[in-house]
Amino acid sequence: MPNSSFRKTGVVSPEELAALNLLPPEDRLKKGPVVVLECPEMIPCNICVPYCPTKAIKMEKLIDIPAVEWDKCIGCGICVAVCPGLAAFVVDTSKSDFDYVTVPHEFIPIPRVGDEVVLLNKLGEGVGRGVVVRVWERNRTYVITVRVPKGLGMEVRAVWVER
Amino acid sequence: MIGKCSSCFMKVNGVPNAKTCREPVREGLVVERQRGWVPPAAGVEELGSVEFREVETDLLVVGGGPAGLSAALKASECGLDVVVVDEHFKIGGQLLKQTHKFFGSVELFGGMRGFQIAEEYARRIGSSERIRVIPRSAVYGVFRGGLVGVVGENSHYVIKPRAVVGSTGASERYLDFVNNDLPGVIGAGGVQTIMNEYGVKPGDSALVVGSGNVGLIVAYQLLQAGVAVRAVVEILPEIGGWFVHAAKVRRYGVPILTQHTIKAVYGNGKVEEAEVVAVDENFNPIPGSEKKFRVDLVLLAVGLEPDTRLFSQCGAVMKWSPDLGGLVPLRTPDLETSVRNLYVAGDASGIEEATTAIMEGWVAALSAVSKLADKSRASRAEEELEKINKFLWEEYRASPVLARARRGKQSVTVSREEMEKIRAEHPPHVSFG
Repeated sequence: MPNSSFRKTGVVSPEELAALNLLPPEDRLKKGPVVVLECPEMIPCNICVPYCPTKAIKMEKLIDIPAVEWDKCIGCGICVAVCPGLAAFVVDTSKSDFDYVTVPHEFIPIPRVGDEVVLLNKLGEGVGRGVVVRVWERNRTYVITVRVPKGLGMEVRAVWVER
Repeated sequence: MIGKCSSCFMKVNGVPNAKTCREPVREGLVVERQRGWVPPAAGVEELGSVEFREVETDLLVVGGGPAGLSAALKASECGLDVVVVDEHFKIGGQLLKQTHKFFGSVELFGGMRGFQIAEEYARRIGSSERIRVIPRSAVYGVFRGGLVGVVGENSHYVIKPRAVVGSTGASERYLDFVNNDLPGVIGAGGVQTIMNEYGVKPGDSALVVGSGNVGLIVAYQLLQAGVAVRAVVEILPEIGGWFVHAAKVRRYGVPILTQHTIKAVYGNGKVEEAEVVAVDENFNPIPGSEKKFRVDLVLLAVGLEPDTRLFSQCGAVMKWSPDLGGLVPLRTPDLETSVRNLYVAGDASGIEEATTAIMEGWVAALSAVSKLADKSRASRAEEELEKINKFLWEEYRASPVLARARRGKQSVTVSREEMEKIRAEHPPHVSFG
């Protein structure tokens, strides 16, 4: 996609992700947590494939764009931890009161469960505040699940702990 | 400050022009500032005793980065004795300062952080009886008869190898702008050395010039170290590096200004302000578009240039390739240059990235093994080489994000037959083997 706007901005739109089958379908989003791989370029990497416990991510060649079998994905977030590009996220927009987003985090301080954090979108704009509900770590990448206001599930892509 | 430039020259224990980025802290160390280049003292100076050693080896690897270390390990696994010469006191080359996770597959160290790959290589090399590492030393010349001169700490070696892998890496490019010699203007790799290798926060707020992977990665690492990154500027209309690296800095609020470049820095004795300007499609500055940023650091991430002086000195036939960052030796698909038994691998063969450097290291080592080892090992090496080359060219480099490097490397690769003709026309003045 040499003319894609994300090559100019560093921000990928939902339309661009949908065109690459990287956006979970509506009916799958209603069922519970699911991965969003914001990986729109054919980079030589397949780390998410062997680590996926349900074999939900497929790539025939190392440079392929990942293909997700939406019904196999359980939203566990292991790909969030291992993706070298920090491009994997898990969103859960199935609940009526809140959305949940799982993001990679490599900054100190590390948020703790219960902390209130600033929610950032793909442009780094503060879009609200959320509460951390789960934190775990793998090779120094922290995987943070945060409860966010309803409707922000597809917006929030990072959290920031105010110092 | 990636061990290749003069930015960090100081007087160390009375010796001027020492690269302080390569000086380990030790008892009794005296470091003094110097101003500019200090010419060597006239006449002969007594520097203490220097040990002289002659060493014979199957394979000499010049440069212990990803290409050199993978070559050394592969060759040693195939039964060759190897000597690795490196300028640093720690092996790993640029891997040492890479704190981000590498792409690739599990077999290609994907998911490991760069410094972890260096640690893994150091561990494997440390436990190999066939590999000898000579740290803190440099090849100063190659002589007729295939003798290689190496100076190290109070030691002088003359090495006679049967084959050489030149994995000498690259140096950072600099950029012309007003006051670019003010302290605070620094190569991106230099900041990675200070910050990631030695754990020193280099400043409080930064502007990054260049949005290739190096620029994007260093911007992210600055944020991790608590440095505010005001912007990344890129003279081209598109971001140079991979999207995922760009997205990582965008989501923490760092703007990437395409079609912008740096015009000047200002400050009293150090950088206090940087001025950037928008450019038109011909890269001419657009008057009136200037913006100023209060920063104390300006990082130059404007590309790398292969360090190929070793090859030139040996008389290898070179070719200029803008796609590869400069002058590089012509090579066969097995990475042999026009100097027989002199191989090239890694950034010295043309700027690409660390994973291809590792694979090129394997190819160069296996080429050497196919010529130097016994028949059965040689034929196994040839088979493995074919497999790696096929994967490297047909799968890995098929990625559009590597198109430029692939095009460049194709343009400097010639068939073995073609190389024989080139050798006949331009006989090198040294040979190994």
